[in-house]
Amino acid sequence: MANQAKHHRTVTGLVLGALMMFGFGFALVPLYDVFCEITGLNGKVDLVQAEPSTFIDHSRQVKLQMVAVNNETMPWRFRPVSSMVELAPGEMHQTAYLARNLTEGFMIAQAVPSVSPSEAAPYLEKINCFCFERQPLKGQEEKEMPLVVSISPELPEHIHTITLSYTLFDITPEQKAELAGQGRSSL
Amino acid sequence: MNTSVAVSHHHGPASGISRWLFTTNHKDIGTLYLWFSFLMFLTGGCMALLIRAELFQPGLQLIQPDFFNQMTTMHGLIMVFGAVMPAFVGLANWMIPLMVGAPDMALPRMNNWSFWILPFAFAMMISTLFMDGGAPNFGWTFYAPLSTTYAPPSVTFFIFAVHMMGISSIMGAINIIATILNLRAPGMTMMKLPLFVWTWLITAFLLIAVMPVLAGVVTMMLMDIHFGTSFFDAAGGGDPVLFQHVFWFFGHPEVYIMILPAFGIVSEIIPTFARKKLFGYASMVYATASIAVLSFVVWAHHMFTVGLPLAGELFFMFATMLIAVPTGVKVFNWVATMFRGSMTFETPMLFALAFVVLFTIGGFSGLMLAIAPVDFQYHDTYFVVAHFHYVLVPGAVFAIMAGAYYWLPKWCGNYYNETMGKVHFWCNFIGVNITFFPMHFIGLAGMPRRIPDYALQFADFNAIATVGAFIFGFSQLIFLYNVISCIRNSKPASDRVWEGSHGLEWTVASPAPYHSFSEPPQVK
Ligand SMILES: [Cu+2]
Repeated sequence: MANQAKHHRTVTGLVLGALMMFGFGFALVPLYDVFCEITGLNGKVDLVQAEPSTFIDHSRQVKLQMVAVNNETMPWRFRPVSSMVELAPGEMHQTAYLARNLTEGFMIAQAVPSVSPSEAAPYLEKINCFCFERQPLKGQEEKEMPLVVSISPELPEHIHTITLSYTLFDITPEQKAELAGQGRSSL
Repeated sequence: MNTSVAVSHHHGPASGISRWLFTTNHKDIGTLYLWFSFLMFLTGGCMALLIRAELFQPGLQLIQPDFFNQMTTMHGLIMVFGAVMPAFVGLANWMIPLMVGAPDMALPRMNNWSFWILPFAFAMMISTLFMDGGAPNFGWTFYAPLSTTYAPPSVTFFIFAVHMMGISSIMGAINIIATILNLRAPGMTMMKLPLFVWTWLITAFLLIAVMPVLAGVVTMMLMDIHFGTSFFDAAGGGDPVLFQHVFWFFGHPEVYIMILPAFGIVSEIIPTFARKKLFGYASMVYATASIAVLSFVVWAHHMFTVGLPLAGELFFMFATMLIAVPTGVKVFNWVATMFRGSMTFETPMLFALAFVVLFTIGGFSGLMLAIAPVDFQYHDTYFVVAHFHYVLVPGAVFAIMAGAYYWLPKWCGNYYNETMGKVHFWCNFIGVNITFFPMHFIGLAGMPRRIPDYALQFADFNAIATVGAFIFGFSQLIFLYNVISCIRNSKPASDRVWEGSHGLEWTVASPAPYHSFSEPPQVK
C-alpha cells in the first residue's frame, strides 16, 4: 500500500530526528564548556598551566582577593596565607593556601577554582596551582599548598578587583572506589 | 476472502477488558488517554489539596516538611506529564483522524503501545511514595545536585519513569505527524486543516525536538548517581548550572507543548458559538509556528539569578518579550472572531471565554517575569506559582474541559446536562481565581514557593487560596458525574451537535461510529 511506504519514510525521518536531539542533549555538555571557555561566562577557569608573561604593565594595580570555601561537610581547615594582594598586570605572584586535615583518618581533597567577576576569568593565569592535583592528607597532617598566579596585561581597564575563590571538595570515597577498581569514568 | 474474515474486519469493538488492552482503534485509545489523564488529574489534585490544607494556616499542622516537598514534586510531575499532556494526546487521537478525514491513526499498533506505557510509568513513579527515603522531593524541575547528590534512593525509579513517559510522548508525536502529513482526505490541503490539527502538528514537532533532551538530562543524572560521572558535580569538574541549561532547553518548549493544543481547541470552539469564521486563519498558523520557533531561544529566562552575564540577561529578556507578539496576534484574532458574532454561551464557550481572559492574565504576569531586573525579586516566589498556574489551570486545563464538553456529544451520542455544565464552569472559574489570584500578592510581598510554613503576614491570603482550591477541586466531581450520566443515558445528540459547528468531524453520525471515513470524504 502506498500509505505504508509514506509512513515508513515519515517515521524514519522523525525517529532519526529524535535520536539526533538525544545526542544534542549530550552535545550541550562540551558545547557549554567551550562556550564558557571562549566567553569566560561562568567564572570557570581551566585547569591548565599558563606560561609566565614577559611584559609587566606598571601603569595600574589590580586587587586580587583570595577566598577559601569548604564544600558542605568537608572537615578540613582551609584558608589562604594572605587574603589580599595588589598586583601589576603581568607581575608574577607567589602565595599559598593552608590546609589541615582535622580528622584522624586519611582523606583526599580536590580544590575547584572560580573567578569573579566572570569577565576576568580568562585573564587570571595560574602558573602553578594546587588545584591541578588532588591533595591527599593523613589525619591531622597540615600542608602549605603553593599557588603562583599572574594577571594578564590584556585585562580590561574597568576591572580593578578580582576575586579568586577555591572550594575544597572531599573526594575520598570516590578515590577509594577507584582503587577498588570500579573507577570514575570521567573527571 | 471468506465472509467471516470480512465480518470480523468490520465488526464493532471486541468485548470485555481485551477490547481496551489490545485495541488499535483511535477512538478507543483516545478514550483511554482521556480517562487516564482524568484519573491523574484527580491524583495530582488530591496532592495539591494536601499542600493547600497544610498552607491553610502558618505552622506545621498536617504533614512534615519532607513529605510536603514530596507532594509539591509529585503534584507537578503528575499534572504536567500525567494529566495535561495525555489529555491533549487523547483529544488528538479522537479528533485528528475525524478532522482530516482519515480512517484511523497512521500507526495504530504503535498507538496502543504509546498509551499502555503510561500506566506503568506512573505506577512506578507513584510507587516511590512507599519506598525507603520517600518519593522524589526535589521539585518537578529536579535541579542537580538536589536530584543527584542529595536525592532519595527512589530517584532511580523516577528517572526510569521519565524515560518511559518520554518514549510514550515521542511515539505519540510521531503517530500524529504521520497521520496529519500522510492521511489527509483528498482536497484537505494544509491550509484547510482545522487549527486544532495545525497546533497539534507543531506541538508534535516540539515534542520530538525536546523530549529526547529531557531523556538526555535524566540519563546524565543516572550516570552521575550510579556510574561516577560528574556532569553536574563541581568536585569532578562538572557544573550544576549546566543542569539548568539543559533542563530548561527542554522545559520552555515543554510549556508550549502544554498550551499550543489549547490554542487549537479554543480556535475551534469560539467560531462555533460566535457563528462566524475564525478571524485570521493564516495568521493563527504563522503565529503558532513562530511561538514554537522562539521557544528554543528563551530558556534562560528561568535562570536570570544564576549569574548570567549582562549580555545574556538582555538577550533572553528581549527574546522572551518578543513571544508576546504572536501571542497577542492570537488573542486579537479570538476577540475579532467574536466581534459582532451572534454568540451563545454554552459550557464549552464559557470555558473558552474564560480561557481567553485568564490565559491573558497569565501571559501578562509572564511578561513581568521576563523583565530580568525585576525577576530578581519575583524569582522563586509565589508570584511565579501564580503565573504558571494561571497559564496551566485556566489555560491548559480550561481548554481541555472546553474541548471535552464540546466533543462529548460526538463521542457518546448524547448531550451532557447543560445546567450541570454551567454549575461546573462557575465553580471552576470562581475557585481558580480565589486560589491563584491572591498568590500574586503574597508572591510580590516575598513569600517563597515550596515551603510548608510561612511568615504570619501571609496567613490571610493563604487561607483564602486554600478555600478556593477546595472549591475548584471538589467541583471536578460535578464534571465526572455529568460525563458518566451523559454516557449512560441522556438526550440524543444530532450529527452536527452544535448549530454553528463546521468541519469533517460533524459529518459523521453521533456517536461517532467505531470505524469512520473508511472511504475518504471529498473536501471541496
Ligand atoms: Cu520559559
